[in-house]
Amino acid sequence: MILSIQYLYWLAGIILAITCAMTLADRDHPRRWRSGLFWGLFAVAFLVGERLPPVWVGIGVLAMAILAGCGGVAVGSYRPLAEKAQQAVAARLGNRLFIPALAIPLLTVAVALGLKGVKIGDSFVLDPSNATFVALGVASVIALAVACWLTRDTPVQAMRESRRLTEALGWALVLPQMLAMLGLMFTDAGVGKAVAYLASTYIDMDYRLVAVMVYVLGMALFTMVMGNGFAAFPVMTGGVGVPILMGVYHGNPAVIAAIGMFSGYCGTLMTPMAANYNLVPAALLELPDRYAVIKAQVPTALAMLVVNTLLLYALM
Amino acid sequence: MNESLNLWPLAGVAVIVLGFILRFNPMLVVAIAAVVTGLAAHFPVETILASIGTGFIKTRTLPLIILLPLAVIGLLERHGLRRHAQHWISRFARATAGRLLIGYLFIRETTAALGLTSLGGHPQMVRPLLAPMAEGAAVSRHGPLPAQVRQRLLAFCAATDNIGLFFGEDIFVAFGAIALMHTFLLGAGIDVDPLHIAVWGIPTAISVFLIHGLRLYRLDNYLARHAEAQQAAGAPA
Repeated sequence: MILSIQYLYWLAGIILAITCAMTLADRDHPRRWRSGLFWGLFAVAFLVGERLPPVWVGIGVLAMAILAGCGGVAVGSYRPLAEKAQQAVAARLGNRLFIPALAIPLLTVAVALGLKGVKIGDSFVLDPSNATFVALGVASVIALAVACWLTRDTPVQAMRESRRLTEALGWALVLPQMLAMLGLMFTDAGVGKAVAYLASTYIDMDYRLVAVMVYVLGMALFTMVMGNGFAAFPVMTGGVGVPILMGVYHGNPAVIAAIGMFSGYCGTLMTPMAANYNLVPAALLELPDRYAVIKAQVPTALAMLVVNTLLLYALM
Repeated sequence: MNESLNLWPLAGVAVIVLGFILRFNPMLVVAIAAVVTGLAAHFPVETILASIGTGFIKTRTLPLIILLPLAVIGLLERHGLRRHAQHWISRFARATAGRLLIGYLFIRETTAALGLTSLGGHPQMVRPLLAPMAEGAAVSRHGPLPAQVRQRLLAFCAATDNIGLFFGEDIFVAFGAIALMHTFLLGAGIDVDPLHIAVWGIPTAISVFLIHGLRLYRLDNYLARHAEAQQAAGAPA
């Protein structure tokens, strides 16, 4: 393939290496060396991660966790554009300021759909298994060029801005990956089997409604623990869905699967384990309460669990 | 049947739950949970370190989608994008934060159901555009917002993006989750048409639009109530 996901890893690695260098060069940074080391380690994981021995990467990951855990990752200094200059730009550009921002999602969709499966010679243009990610990378680079041209600012300034936002996110940027890693570790260690065993041993599923509730709530709870409905689905459907809802109560498998997965998503809305959706946005919006997004979602998620229970009971 | 089943790895789950409740640094909590889980499953230390390393490398696409748009968004913010988004929305007299978010929920859910899941997202849509617009609409109607109220409004912006995405994408037939369900059921000896799985998701998708839409509709009342309370108190927070 021509545009492989590997290029994006390198691109991300370069951006993070620049962030690291800017942090180390920032004399006013309250945690200059520790923050620099944190972003440096993260950059290495992107630049050469797949070529390092996994044990070394593991040690690096634990080092990053300790740096973050001891408050070693902080925000550096930043010089914003003067108020007047900002207003002048806004007056000159008006709604054209929206163009690069909207270009990212629109170009991502256009590139992903337009170049999907397209080949030049014998190779795919986009990495077929990661088409959307690669499209997002292409869209971000084009949008950056447009943004620099419109604002008459430099790519170096863009890197300073990237560093400002990266540092504002801090360890929250790394957390989704840490949680995904933990999910894999849970699977290896058999956490799923242990949970399914406890649920099926201690709950009496002789009533259809109880069985439906065990499946719906089990999907939600299990997703909350694993941070991801995809990890919960095989365990709960294998433990309760297939043997009991389909086997004993002869439910329709399509209904059971569809509503089961949605019940998992209700769990996703309520757990800090789904950091990409819940904790990162709170950090991006600079909300003081790390759990503010989860709090806004919990009532919708709980109401949907009731609806899912009723729908599954009625439709299956 | 489960005499050989080891329940000790659940200790990792306990570490996570405790750590998050006591609000320790999540990075550290997750790292400790990973080590505890590995030890409880009797993995040697080297295997634990190696599986932490492999897991971390395998999931590098996750931060990518946040990191890559940051340079563009940051540059535009430097030149006043968020302020412009606030101004732009306040030109529409009928726009309220709740109505804006209901419209966004509808678009996000329907486009995701058509497979267009990248038409949104937190770094590229919520932070630079949706959140400033919702805040702009609320401020032009109710005046400056107290910190607590502002936080709740912004949290609702992020929540609406998530809810629209989750419950939309799962009724798109070519989405990964449908493939996963289909493959798993096939493995259990049950052959279900993926289209049926997608179709049976629709009642839930409609219900979530109604329930979350109602909450967004009530969000406007919440904003109005707090604006009144603040004016009655006579002092801006």
